[in-house]
Amino acid sequence: MPRLKHFFRQLLLYKSATVGLAIILGLIAISIYTVFSIPYSDAIKLWRAGEQYWLDTPRNALPSWVNLFLSKKLPETIILDTENPQVGVSKAIISAGEESSVIKVEFVFDYRYDDFPSEINLFFKSSYNSSPPRLTIHWVKPNGEDIVLKSMLVAKDDRYYISNDEKLARRLRSTFSVKLNRTIGYDLPILVLLFAQEDESLLDPGTAKVMKGTYRLWIDGIAFEKDVKLDAKLVVYGKVYGWAGTDHLRRDLGIALLWGTPIALSFGITASVSVALIQIFIGALCAWFGGKVDTVLQRVTEIFMVLPFLPTLIMISTLYKFNIWVLLLIVILLSIFGSGVKNYRAMFLQIKEFPYVEAARAYGASNFRIVTYYLIPKVLPTIIPSMVLSVADFVFLEAALAILGLGDPLAPTWGKIINDAYVNGALYKGLYYWVLEPSVMLALTSLSFAMLGFTLDKIFNPKLREI
Amino acid sequence: MPLLDIIDLKKYFEVKRGIFGSKGYVKAVDGVSLSLERGESVSIVGESGCGKTTLGKTILRLYEPTDGKIVFDGKDITHLTWKELSWYRRETGLVQQDPSGALPSFMTVKRILEEPLIIHKVKDKEERRERIYKVLEQVKLTPVEDFLEKYPHMLSGGQQQRLVIARSIILRPKLIIADEPVSMLDASVRVEILKLLQNLQRDYRLSIIYITHDLSTTRYFSERICIMYAGHIVESAETRELLTNPLHPYTRALLNVIPDPDPSNRFIIREVPAGEPPNLLNPPPGCRFSPRCRNIMNGLCDVKEPPVVEVRKGHFVKCWLYV
Ligand SMILES: Nc1ncnc2c1ncn2[C@@H]1O[C@H](COP(=O)(O)OP(=O)(O)O)[C@@H](O)[C@H]1O
Ligand SMILES: [Mg+2]
Repeated sequence: MPRLKHFFRQLLLYKSATVGLAIILGLIAISIYTVFSIPYSDAIKLWRAGEQYWLDTPRNALPSWVNLFLSKKLPETIILDTENPQVGVSKAIISAGEESSVIKVEFVFDYRYDDFPSEINLFFKSSYNSSPPRLTIHWVKPNGEDIVLKSMLVAKDDRYYISNDEKLARRLRSTFSVKLNRTIGYDLPILVLLFAQEDESLLDPGTAKVMKGTYRLWIDGIAFEKDVKLDAKLVVYGKVYGWAGTDHLRRDLGIALLWGTPIALSFGITASVSVALIQIFIGALCAWFGGKVDTVLQRVTEIFMVLPFLPTLIMISTLYKFNIWVLLLIVILLSIFGSGVKNYRAMFLQIKEFPYVEAARAYGASNFRIVTYYLIPKVLPTIIPSMVLSVADFVFLEAALAILGLGDPLAPTWGKIINDAYVNGALYKGLYYWVLEPSVMLALTSLSFAMLGFTLDKIFNPKLREI
Repeated sequence: MPLLDIIDLKKYFEVKRGIFGSKGYVKAVDGVSLSLERGESVSIVGESGCGKTTLGKTILRLYEPTDGKIVFDGKDITHLTWKELSWYRRETGLVQQDPSGALPSFMTVKRILEEPLIIHKVKDKEERRERIYKVLEQVKLTPVEDFLEKYPHMLSGGQQQRLVIARSIILRPKLIIADEPVSMLDASVRVEILKLLQNLQRDYRLSIIYITHDLSTTRYFSERICIMYAGHIVESAETRELLTNPLHPYTRALLNVIPDPDPSNRFIIREVPAGEPPNLLNPPPGCRFSPRCRNIMNGLCDVKEPPVVEVRKGHFVKCWLYV
């Protein structure tokens, strides 16, 4: 143990190792937190649930913290739900006689952001026997103007996509044309029509300004039945969400960023450790036994070495879709007969001539014991640097496969986020955060392992220092 | 019945010559006979490259003998398989030349000594511990607790060699082969290591084959000395007899009995006589020492291999001068 302490003290003399180690510890902390706070089955469910689960989150929203750096504040999402009473939400259902009920719902909210929301939806849940309630939905702007949005019969589970209502859009556009006495030359979106200041600025989408103040959406309904129930939820989708933003399926990118960490770490570390250990073992077998064992294993290694690794892997994963752990196994299998085997074999050819090995034979150590207890422990410390370095390689490999669309289609990984972003034209649409966040995680991971690995190399193989 | 009986032992190494690989043989041990009683010790003396180490390793069956016979305790072990040799491993021990190389750097002292016990199925942990304590006391690495958790690099050269000796005797062998055990140690610790071996031999009736290139160190324990030259034993006799009455020209050269013609070299004690050591891949015909011999009889020595003759009782020499 004092050796270990001494070693760490020596390691921490190097800034690069300190930084690398700190990042790795951070990533490990994130992994532990993630694994315990969002169990993998939940994460998979959340990630695959699609729009069923992610109803209340905006599409392609930036992370919330961007508002700290912007002068024009982007809107957060506003959710008002009659099932969840709060200030600004009121609902009343009054039976009027034996045969009818009157429904009143009102949502009031303050809107003081500098940009328009991204969407508005209304969700309904109702229960009735035979006659569905008829609702009239009103929109009241801060200047007191009352606009009737729609009149509709609601089904048991119904929704009204206000921002997609083309009929409403046409109606509003013509009203505004009359009001401003100008023809509106472009398809002014509903969100602008509902939230903008009603002046000349409206005519250009670049200059349209938000009318800040208190908005009201109220619903006036009637049902020809006594025991009608109705709940409504208004969602005014913002343009920022959470600490990581959302993707095209409204999913919180945070989940995949968090879960990407333990997946990347376990993938990289498992692959590099098992590849190194198996290669060492094969190298030791070749060197110790020589003869036929050596010849066969060497030829197999040479065959795998001329086999182009990435194309083979791409071919395999194009033909079959693997889950990430099967992919890990395949990566390991394709990597074990690598050039490492040759290096280790050369090392062991020297080590096997060391007198201590001969001594072990003289007191009767078996072949197996010599390979595992006498040869392998001798090289283990010297290969730790390259093992640490190759963690970064394997993390990148997994990400690269996912980016090419060849990874696990379901696992929430960094590579998969980048793949989604790429497929959905994130950079073309200016959604940089979508690509940058997973890329930063990838870069941090490989950077930290590289920094630690290079420093370990300096310590273990001090000759490199002079070169 | 002798403990160890070696009859006409040969060990040739096959080597490839040149790029086209015509085969050749390095005749490192070429017809050595030797016999050793329980508790007796013998020195094998010869200059570097004459095949001493090969002889030692072949006796221990770390090499497969090319020809000849090795009988230990009445059992022929010449061609036993690895598994069949297990008991033989317990009965023999090896002390190598370079103590730091002979110890696995990644094991603690305790682990190093435990390995032979584990391999030879001393299952009881307590017994293993006792034996480790005892053997460390025997080689005077005390207090034992101070050493158990140390790694070899934390020990001095002398302590390392004591540990190597401890390891070689922990299985309580009957025979130890000590291959130049002090040649890589500081002059200051040589004597104590040799005395340690001497005491072990006396106290535990160990037989020791002591291999050295330095005649002056043989006096510590050997009753008999064999002089080895180019894979052959050229002279063997009891220690006192051999040192006072050397017969073979090579032995005399080693003992510097023959005055050097160069007066400036006259009083320098030399371990190696003048001239090239022989090439074992292509040994000279006849007597292998003939190209360096001062007493060469041309037409005989460089043509025909000399026989072994017993000049006096127990004093054998392989030289035409005494036929
Ligand atoms: N494994 C081997 N393969 C080929 N030649 C060897 C081998 N081991 C020793 N030799 C050769 O055998 C000869 C005797 O070597 P060695 O027994 O080590 O001599 P010594 O111990 O007396 O110095 C040397 O010429 C050496 O080169
Ligand atoms: Mg030698």
